Amino acid sequence: MPNGVAVFIEMRKGEARRVSLELLSQAREFADTLGKDVVAIVCGKGIRDAAGTLAQYGADRVLLVEHDALEHYTTDAYASALTEALRRQQPAIVLFGATVLGKDLAPRVATRIGAGLATDCTDLNVTGDGQTLKAYRPMYGGKVIAEVDWPHGGIQMATVRPNIFPLGEPDAARTAETETLEFVPSPEPARTAIVEMIETVGERINVADAEVVVSGGRGMKGAENFKILEELADLLSAAVGASRSAVDEGWRDHADQVGQTGKVISPNLYIACGISGAIQHLVGMSSSKCIVAINKDPEAPIFKIADYGIVADLFEAVPIVTQELRHILGE
Amino acid sequence: MKVIICLKQVPDSEASIVVRSDGQGIEEQGITFVVNPYDEYAVEEAIQIKEQHGGEVTVVTVGPPATEKALRTALAMGADSALRLWDETFVGSDSGASAAILARALQGMEFDLILCGKQAIDDDCAQVGTALAELLDLPQATVITELELDPGARKAKAHREVDEGTEVLEVSLPAVFTAQKGLNEPRYPSLRGMMAAKKVEIEVRDSASLGLAPDAVGAGGSKTRIVSLSPPPTRPPGQIIEGEVADAVKELVRILREEAKVL
Repeated sequence: MPNGVAVFIEMRKGEARRVSLELLSQAREFADTLGKDVVAIVCGKGIRDAAGTLAQYGADRVLLVEHDALEHYTTDAYASALTEALRRQQPAIVLFGATVLGKDLAPRVATRIGAGLATDCTDLNVTGDGQTLKAYRPMYGGKVIAEVDWPHGGIQMATVRPNIFPLGEPDAARTAETETLEFVPSPEPARTAIVEMIETVGERINVADAEVVVSGGRGMKGAENFKILEELADLLSAAVGASRSAVDEGWRDHADQVGQTGKVISPNLYIACGISGAIQHLVGMSSSKCIVAINKDPEAPIFKIADYGIVADLFEAVPIVTQELRHILGE
Repeated sequence: MKVIICLKQVPDSEASIVVRSDGQGIEEQGITFVVNPYDEYAVEEAIQIKEQHGGEVTVVTVGPPATEKALRTALAMGADSALRLWDETFVGSDSGASAAILARALQGMEFDLILCGKQAIDDDCAQVGTALAELLDLPQATVITELELDPGARKAKAHREVDEGTEVLEVSLPAVFTAQKGLNEPRYPSLRGMMAAKKVEIEVRDSASLGLAPDAVGAGGSKTRIVSLSPPPTRPPGQIIEGEVADAVKELVRILREEAKVL
């Protein structure tokens, strides 16, 4: 009898990623409704210290799969480790962040264990008998929302976008039972090997994860002008995004692109600067909680979905925003 | 090198999508259907591989007769042969069931690599490539932006777009790769290519020919189901902050802090 909610915890540099903690917070709510446990599953090397944090965000149990072979993510090793963990746990629901890693791993594991998977979800509900999940996910680049269920039961798996569920308050008094699962790597030679990791993102916050995103479009007029957005972004601990035009011009990396053929994001605050608002961009950011647009064209479609707009030359307005914020934040 | 491309025909990205009144699908009238843009990168890459290393390129889709349009586009670009998998029992297949159909067809074929788009821009599931790799017990490299083959060593080096930047992954062949934007610039089919593509006979295989039980595919063989579709929630009308730029900015910052509480 499957039961409980499992969350796959994605680790980065020894810490759980924020989206994993958001999912733990939500899993806690589901599990309370169901009267079931939340299990956090962590794969990697040197991951023991994470257990305390995971307990504080809602895990009843932490299952650690620790091995040298899991130090860096590879599909084969992680799929084996997670499959083993899930076979042991038999959860009713398994949640992943809809990150590059989550999207690479979840379909592979779902196929292996015969589970149904809903990807890139923007909402989840537990209904009926308390074991049944309903997922909501955008299709057609966000032009349509689909309600998805698992008509034949079984393990219900979902990947969920960052910033969908609020991060709960960590409860310092909470503890979790920690279990270790032995991982036996395949005796076969590895089919893939990481040759190199080129970190282009650097210290800058990833667009997909960020709570605040400052984005520039064709109105930026050149790569060098993104400096003014970076200054504002640094002040707000924000990521810098870009529209497809800005990426196609070669001003920004594709990894920063927001839109249908880039990242689809839901930050708390999205500041669009010099972005006209083509439909393919709008579907990438229209689920942001608050949208600000700065554009000199009052007819720009971006103003139709913005909560607050300023019709002005961004080269005049953005530095004033930065200055004003710096003043308020007391720098 | 023998390359198989898994391709899907989808509504053009600019198409306006209207949910049918029964919520069970979209209005297809007036929509232009095209090769899924990410699959176009896969087609281009496969043709470049053939140009560089020789070999052949086969394009496969799961879909009704109308999807032959997309197959012929790929043929016109330079693919050698096309295979269409279709049966009325396939209707309602989710990603897992679609991957099972493809896997069954590919199991009997010879190939060095399988190329897919990273996701189809209609259902946006991004599952089929990976599920197919699992069903065929092959290694995978997803969201690739560069691919370099070493046919002698039976290896490939793929650049993957990951959250931290770019991961360079060495993969033993055969393997499944899913294409991300940036992999290449897909060519336009030449007039000669389009003429030649018209003459190619597209092989069609149904459920019986693939040996797929009716309950393994379609709605009955799918672990997930779309209950209904609806338009996305609309945003309430926004507010243009008027006045001199400096004043408007001050007001904006005040609103963001005090009313929207997002700063």
